Amino acid sequence: MAKATVTFADIGVTVTVPAGTRIIEISEKVGAGITYGCREGDCGTCIMKVVEGWDNLTEPSVLEGKVLRDNYAGKHHRLACQAQVLGGDIAVKPA
Amino acid sequence: MSPKAVEHAIADRRPIEISPRVHWIGALDPDIRTFDVILKTANGTSYNAYVVRGSEGVAIVDTVKEEFADDFFARLEAVAAYDEIRAIVINHLEPDHTGALPELMQRAPQARLYISFQAQLMLKALLKRENLEFTPVDTGDRIDLGDRSLEFLHTPYLHWPDTQCTYLREEEILFSGDVFGCHFCDPRLFNDTCGDFRFSFEYYYAHIMRPFREYVLRALALIEPLPLQVIAPAHGPILRDRPTAYVGRYRELAAPRLKREIFPGEKTLLIFYISSYGNTARMAEAIYAAAQEIEGVRASLYDLTGGETNSFADLLEEADGLVLGSPTINGDAVKPIWDLLSSLTVIDMKGKLGAAFGSFGWSGEAVRMIEDRLRGLKLRVPLQGVRVKLIPTPEEIEECRQFGRALGEELMGRRANRVIDMSELLSSNA
Ligand SMILES: Cc1cc2nc3c(=O)[nH]c(=O)nc-3n(C[C@H](O)[C@H](O)[C@H](O)COP(=O)(O)O)c2cc1C
Ligand code: FES
Ligand SMILES: [Fe+2]
Ligand SMILES: [Fe+2]
Repeated sequence: MAKATVTFADIGVTVTVPAGTRIIEISEKVGAGITYGCREGDCGTCIMKVVEGWDNLTEPSVLEGKVLRDNYAGKHHRLACQAQVLGGDIAVKPA
Repeated sequence: MSPKAVEHAIADRRPIEISPRVHWIGALDPDIRTFDVILKTANGTSYNAYVVRGSEGVAIVDTVKEEFADDFFARLEAVAAYDEIRAIVINHLEPDHTGALPELMQRAPQARLYISFQAQLMLKALLKRENLEFTPVDTGDRIDLGDRSLEFLHTPYLHWPDTQCTYLREEEILFSGDVFGCHFCDPRLFNDTCGDFRFSFEYYYAHIMRPFREYVLRALALIEPLPLQVIAPAHGPILRDRPTAYVGRYRELAAPRLKREIFPGEKTLLIFYISSYGNTARMAEAIYAAAQEIEGVRASLYDLTGGETNSFADLLEEADGLVLGSPTINGDAVKPIWDLLSSLTVIDMKGKLGAAFGSFGWSGEAVRMIEDRLRGLKLRVPLQGVRVKLIPTPEEIEECRQFGRALGEELMGRRANRVIDMSELLSSNA
């Protein structure tokens, strides 16, 4: 299976993960500062900043795009409960 | 209007003049004692709604709880005809302010509904109506009523995602929604003529606004520059006497309280424990002493049996990290720990460092349960807590010391970068 790495920049932890992993599946376990509310792409609590490897995540859905806009999220922000790793290296931190 | 005249007019279901163009058309609810499950009120509350008349049309700001709709419509009809209404502004979708909205929209079908853009997703779930037409608004948007106009301030999370304030610039009146409100029912209606409501004002802030302190500060940045003659909130007295004093009070309440006592660069770690035979207490002391050795860490140790849970909330609001120690009793952490954790719902703990530890006899569920709860409260829990079977050995005390040092380093952001495989994460959390 294709491997990828996700670095949580706020705590300096890098995790090697299989493609398809969602950020939410690992960020809490490593204790990164990204936090969650609804866990299903509705509330915007989990907005994170993608500092590296933006293209290595799945495209945001229409609904995710709306939640991001409603929360004034910047260009390189995503919902950690939605974004899935495609491959390569990614670095994220709390928004 | 004298206070007595106001009282009589309210009893007669008449509107109350705030200025020649602005009237109160809300309702009093003197009998309610519990609000939103979590709030108490000793003398009821009010649902404030307002009418603004411009040379080119009338706007309604908020409505009332459904059971008080008759009061609202009677007062409204005394100042405006339904076909004059051009705009309906809802500052907050909660049913105490939208109860009469569906009926109002029927009676004034030509009126446009203005809500915060963050209200859109909730509107349908709340009003149970399809194809509702509305205009979503944001800071800077405004409605023109001829010689009067309404401007919107996007003030989310005070206390719902959709909350906003509406400003009538020509008269310097801020319709602030739940912000600056309180559950206090007084038929004299205005802050300079009603009874002493300071307690209610503070209590409302502490329970409704305090969890959103960061958002309070952002809202104040929008509100403070505005000239203010009157603050017209959605509950409690209308603040026409020294309205800016209430803005100032919010600023004080939202400002960090202990920051002055902490040196720059220092971080605070609070360790709370409870212990029946002293085993968890010994662990706590070891963690405390070791964390304290890390430069920049200001650690404090508290035995939960010696304090009132509520008085710890102020400390926790300012702290950078929270560590909880509990024995496992009947398969659970003990009640004072849960009480402390449930008191955290009124303060903003998002992203703070959290950790747990404890002694146990045979099953030891408490530590992992506390860690899960800390995550649920949006703290980050990077280090798996130490669990010790019964009396800690010298080796186990050393393990606690290592845990304390690691927590201190984590707090100061000095932990070395690590690379781990996802499979390790999955297995280590068993
Ligand atoms: C003070 C207060 C705080 C609330 N906080 C949240 C919240 O954090 N998240 C959420 O999803 N809903 C929140 N709500 C919305 C309620 O869950 C919602 O209104 C629900 O429908 C109430 O259900 P009930 O009628 O059974 O009380 C809050 C409501 C109030 C009154
Ligand atoms: S947790 Fe609610 S949007 Fe991700
Ligand atoms: Fe409310
Ligand atoms: Fe309200």
